[in-house]
Amino acid sequence: MERDDVIEYSLDAHHSEEEGKVLRKKIWKVTALLTIITVVEVLLGAFIKQGTTIWPIVKWSFIALTLVKAAYIVLSFMHLGDERKVMRYVILIPYFIFIAYLIFILLTEGIYVDDVLKSHGV
Amino acid sequence: MSGHASKQIDTSTLWGGKISPFSTSYGKLMMWFFLVSDALTFGGLLIAYGFTRHDAQDAWPIGEETFNSMPFLGHGFPLLYVALMTFILIVSSVTMVLAVEAGHRMDKKGVIKWMVATIIGGFFFVGSQAWEWSHFIHGSEFGKVELVDGSQAIVRGHFGEIKNFTVIEAGSHHAKGAVIKDDLMHQFQHAVEAGKINDGVITLHDGSKAKITKEADQHMELIIKKDGKTNKVGTKIHGKNAEKMYYEAIYSGTPHKVIYGANLEQNEYGPQQYGQFFFFITGFHGFHVFSGVIINIIILLGVIAGTYHKRGHYEMVEKTGLYWHFVDLVWVFVFTFFYLV
Repeated sequence: MERDDVIEYSLDAHHSEEEGKVLRKKIWKVTALLTIITVVEVLLGAFIKQGTTIWPIVKWSFIALTLVKAAYIVLSFMHLGDERKVMRYVILIPYFIFIAYLIFILLTEGIYVDDVLKSHGV
Repeated sequence: MSGHASKQIDTSTLWGGKISPFSTSYGKLMMWFFLVSDALTFGGLLIAYGFTRHDAQDAWPIGEETFNSMPFLGHGFPLLYVALMTFILIVSSVTMVLAVEAGHRMDKKGVIKWMVATIIGGFFFVGSQAWEWSHFIHGSEFGKVELVDGSQAIVRGHFGEIKNFTVIEAGSHHAKGAVIKDDLMHQFQHAVEAGKINDGVITLHDGSKAKITKEADQHMELIIKKDGKTNKVGTKIHGKNAEKMYYEAIYSGTPHKVIYGANLEQNEYGPQQYGQFFFFITGFHGFHVFSGVIINIIILLGVIAGTYHKRGHYEMVEKTGLYWHFVDLVWVFVFTFFYLV
């Protein structure tokens, strides 16, 4: 049933054959990038062991690479990068605020509890 | 994308009703809201994991020590299998985005092709996770050992194969001189857990005693995970010394010196919570993958039936696509925080 008071946004997503070609090229590029990142992570993990002096650098690069991967998945695969700015913010900002806060709590409290347990010889 | 999402519309029109300020359909927006809440659930789980890990820093297992096996190939492949699983999931995410792209061109055949590929990828992932769970639950051949001084150590190396048990003292079932060749590893581990093994002689279920014929262990290494009287956390003991200490503990005649594998109460890899978090986080994620596969199959049937083609757009594929990518996204974080760091 056609309704003239509702805009059918679903139809906006259609694109032509030529546009599709460009999009597919972009998808394969992102695929290559994600694959390379995963391979780099495994190699780093295989050759640099925890506890060595450069481990902290490796650890933080793991976290940075993860965020890069996540950004590509969300912005490119999930097309959030193509949505309106206001929608991007509505989805991402609450999440970042909550998670940043919780990470702060986990680090301060977790390390503190570890200290307490250690100093009591548990 | 063309259309409303990129079109410039002035603010009074945008917020004045009738059109969506997000320029997106109701269904897609609700999928996004669901994903935000689901992401917070996973975020909460990973944060609880991080907290527990930080308050037991020294005892926590290292991913590459725990997950270093491959199906059919044995040990010595740190994190390779998990990386392969990650790759499979990323590839299935790619095939999903290709299905969505085909949908935007109203290319029904393309949608079917790529959705089938996505579903196959999903099944591979769920299967891999089942293998990994089974491996985690059954554990290694050495297990985690409590040494004589009270310290606890995980064991690395190659377990020499058990050839047979030769009965030297008859029990209710086995006669003297009988050679047992079945189910050796299982009986061996049972005897170790019960403390019924001493200097190459095993006491079997029926009370008979048998001599163990076993190849020598190779490259044994003990990594201390809990302080004892002499051994401290982080110490690594190699070779002959390690073998001496390991078998000293096993032959002590005391039960529960060795833990094999994992359950919700104890595990050979690290603290109790480690096993619990492993089961809960990877289980909850695996459940998401499984339901994702089911939803994909349902939508695929809709595509084959031509439901969406008649409707004039393939937005349902796009919406399940969002869910599927989200599952991939979560795994990227689980991979890093549970396995890598």
